[in-house]
Amino acid sequence: MQLETYDPESATYYDELFEAVGKPRPAAVPLLEWMQGLNPKELQQHHQTAQIALFKLGVTFNVYSDTQGVERVLPFDIIPRIISAEDWQWLEQGLKQRITALNLFLNDIYHDQKIVQDGKVPAEIIQSAPGFLPPCQGLEPPTGVWCHITGTDLVRDRNGQWYVLEDNLRVPSGISYVLENRRVMKSTLPKIFQNLAIQPVDDYPSHLLEALLNLAPPYLQTPTVAVLTPGIYNSAYFEHSFLAQQMGVELVEGRDLVVVDGYLQMKTTKGLRRVDVLYRRVDDTFLDPLTFRPDSLLGVPGLMEVYRAGRVALANAPGTGVADDKVVYAYVPEMIRYYLNEDPILANVPTYLCWQEKDRDYVLQNLDKLVVKAANEAGGYGMLVGTQASQTEREIFAKKIEANPRNYIAQPTLCLSRVPTLIEDRIEGRHVDLRPYILHRGDEIYVHPGGLTRVALRKGSLVVNSSQGGGSKDTWVLTP
Amino acid sequence: MLSRVADSIYWLNRYIERADNTARFVDVNLNMMLDLPPGVTQQWLPLVTTTGDHELFMERYGEATADNVIHFLTFDAKYDNSILSSLQIARENARSIREIISSEMWQEVNDFYLMVKDAASQIHVDMLPDFYRQVKRASHRFAGVMDATMTHNEGWHFGYVGRLLERADKTTRILDVKYFILLPSAQWVGTPLDQIQWMALLKSASAYEMYRKQQHRINPSAVAEFLILDHDFPRSINFCVSRSEKSLHKITNTPVGSWSNPAERSLGRLCSRLGYCTIEDVIDIGLHEFLDQMQRSLNEVGGNIAISFFGQDVPEEEREEPLSQTQSQTVLLEKVYGLT
Repeated sequence: MQLETYDPESATYYDELFEAVGKPRPAAVPLLEWMQGLNPKELQQHHQTAQIALFKLGVTFNVYSDTQGVERVLPFDIIPRIISAEDWQWLEQGLKQRITALNLFLNDIYHDQKIVQDGKVPAEIIQSAPGFLPPCQGLEPPTGVWCHITGTDLVRDRNGQWYVLEDNLRVPSGISYVLENRRVMKSTLPKIFQNLAIQPVDDYPSHLLEALLNLAPPYLQTPTVAVLTPGIYNSAYFEHSFLAQQMGVELVEGRDLVVVDGYLQMKTTKGLRRVDVLYRRVDDTFLDPLTFRPDSLLGVPGLMEVYRAGRVALANAPGTGVADDKVVYAYVPEMIRYYLNEDPILANVPTYLCWQEKDRDYVLQNLDKLVVKAANEAGGYGMLVGTQASQTEREIFAKKIEANPRNYIAQPTLCLSRVPTLIEDRIEGRHVDLRPYILHRGDEIYVHPGGLTRVALRKGSLVVNSSQGGGSKDTWVLTP
Repeated sequence: MLSRVADSIYWLNRYIERADNTARFVDVNLNMMLDLPPGVTQQWLPLVTTTGDHELFMERYGEATADNVIHFLTFDAKYDNSILSSLQIARENARSIREIISSEMWQEVNDFYLMVKDAASQIHVDMLPDFYRQVKRASHRFAGVMDATMTHNEGWHFGYVGRLLERADKTTRILDVKYFILLPSAQWVGTPLDQIQWMALLKSASAYEMYRKQQHRINPSAVAEFLILDHDFPRSINFCVSRSEKSLHKITNTPVGSWSNPAERSLGRLCSRLGYCTIEDVIDIGLHEFLDQMQRSLNEVGGNIAISFFGQDVPEEEREEPLSQTQSQTVLLEKVYGLT
């Protein structure tokens, strides 16, 4: 394999597997030794076998704008991303710290708003965040946890420094790819798993189920847990059904549920049956047409009333979206200091807030250097990569920012780290990010080892989203 | 079990079985046509007629040529009961209950669908017989995988009932194909060609070898008896309805012989009728008329299952109509052949 000539371009990029040409990072040595033994054809064959296996398993996602053949397989790259045991331990600490603070923030925001009163976060930012839901005011979620499942997006800059890009506290997806990618990797390359101590990932569903069961009232012997999906046309439907199957719980749609006698119930062949815990993969404002969007057909009328009465638990709690607002994101380091009295372990990407005049002027003058993001969009939509945009595109964005400064933030263009990737019959560096999954159970926080490595398969592209031509890689966290 | 899930697994099985039977129809006709004396016009219309979608076909294709009929029944994406559409619907159903069925079942359905979809885009006429064989095998594989990998729980029984009811319905239609192919040429009855056609019919129901073991000689009333009344042959109507009844009672825990909902009552009635019927009774009524009554009863059972378990409301006047897309045959046959 042409690995000895693979050029990580270390002057310009941080490569996850190589320090320099012909010089792999210590954690990558065993993998690369094995790969040396293969010829390009063999690697390609393994690559194809894996791809076909995923297709046959039906590990697909749907793209909203694509009407023809809505299902696609997330492209999978055979060369894994490797994280050393030390790096991982440090990341784990940082993630736990961040989730703890974010959860305290959410609880505070829907109760006394001390952080606002103490002048750390401006009141108008909270009030104007679309994810802030007044109906959630005063709610007491079971075990005091709001964000049970989080999928934090992390990136590395050209010097290898880690940053948190987004917190994703609402309904993060992607974990099914982590599990299926690993399953396919293990069956395609069993030998390498025998020789290398890689942390297993298969137990995620058990941890998730445990976290969900934990939310049911303790007096229930066998609580009924269900996963709520918007249905088979949702982009993450595969994952919803996969998780329900792996946990052995019901997968329900809004039309399967009804509120009767003050409880949430599902329609079965033998009449109605109570649901105690709902892992809902439907957005907040679609949950209950009586409380939120009246046009929603995905939710259940009256669900929030049942929730408020403590007769059903929802994961995540409605209202967590307030902290996903990219303006609120900028205050997370402050939250960590405020609630925990600690210094943040993980850094935020420096963020310019367009609602502040000084920042806005800077952003408008430097659009060609910055990445501008709408405060409330996800999936790579509503975003301008200034370095790659045309003059016209930048002008359009400048107008948008001036029209609605609250809705935009800007960040310096991070040069995301790269991982060698099989592109046809060559190996080339491609940019990646990392989304680890974190489960908050109240008494403890569990960080799933690894997470989803997304890779921008287009040369030079920094956009890793599956809806925008991204693929994925298996992520190996080495055992200490 | 969720009503929606029960509904999906039931239809998943029905549509797989439907694709299987459509393959059988077309395949047997391909074979029969090969054996016709030279100069005799091929008959493809009866095939469309037995599906109950004659009107739609005429509207879309006009003429019942071999190519048109084969395309309509096999690869027409706009016709809900074509093999391609059946697989599409089966797969959508499977997709919506992936967490209920075993991964192996999902994989079979997915492979099956991909195989048919690939074939639709590139198949050549010469490959058709092989394609239909593959469809039948894939359907058998699905049934086998379901039996062997899924707990025989409520969901399994709903699926099994769906498969059997669909099969019973299709067996009535396979018998009818022969009836109408022979009809215009009554002088052929009893000729070697007649023999060959009855054999082909048995083969299309995978019944030839089993029939031979039991009956030896091929004669029409014995073939009809075998396919309608045999207790143990898995494609006979009697077998299908009596096993569905058992499964339905497993679901409800009501003892066989009594009933707790309309589905059990209508299925129970159908079972006793078949259970205590002789082939002479059938011939007295007239084979075609009898088969038509069977189809109506089967539709009624299907409608009642939807009402009793899937929480669906079927208006009284539609209860005897075929579920989903097919229509009652008699009306159409009358139109086509001027029969009364």
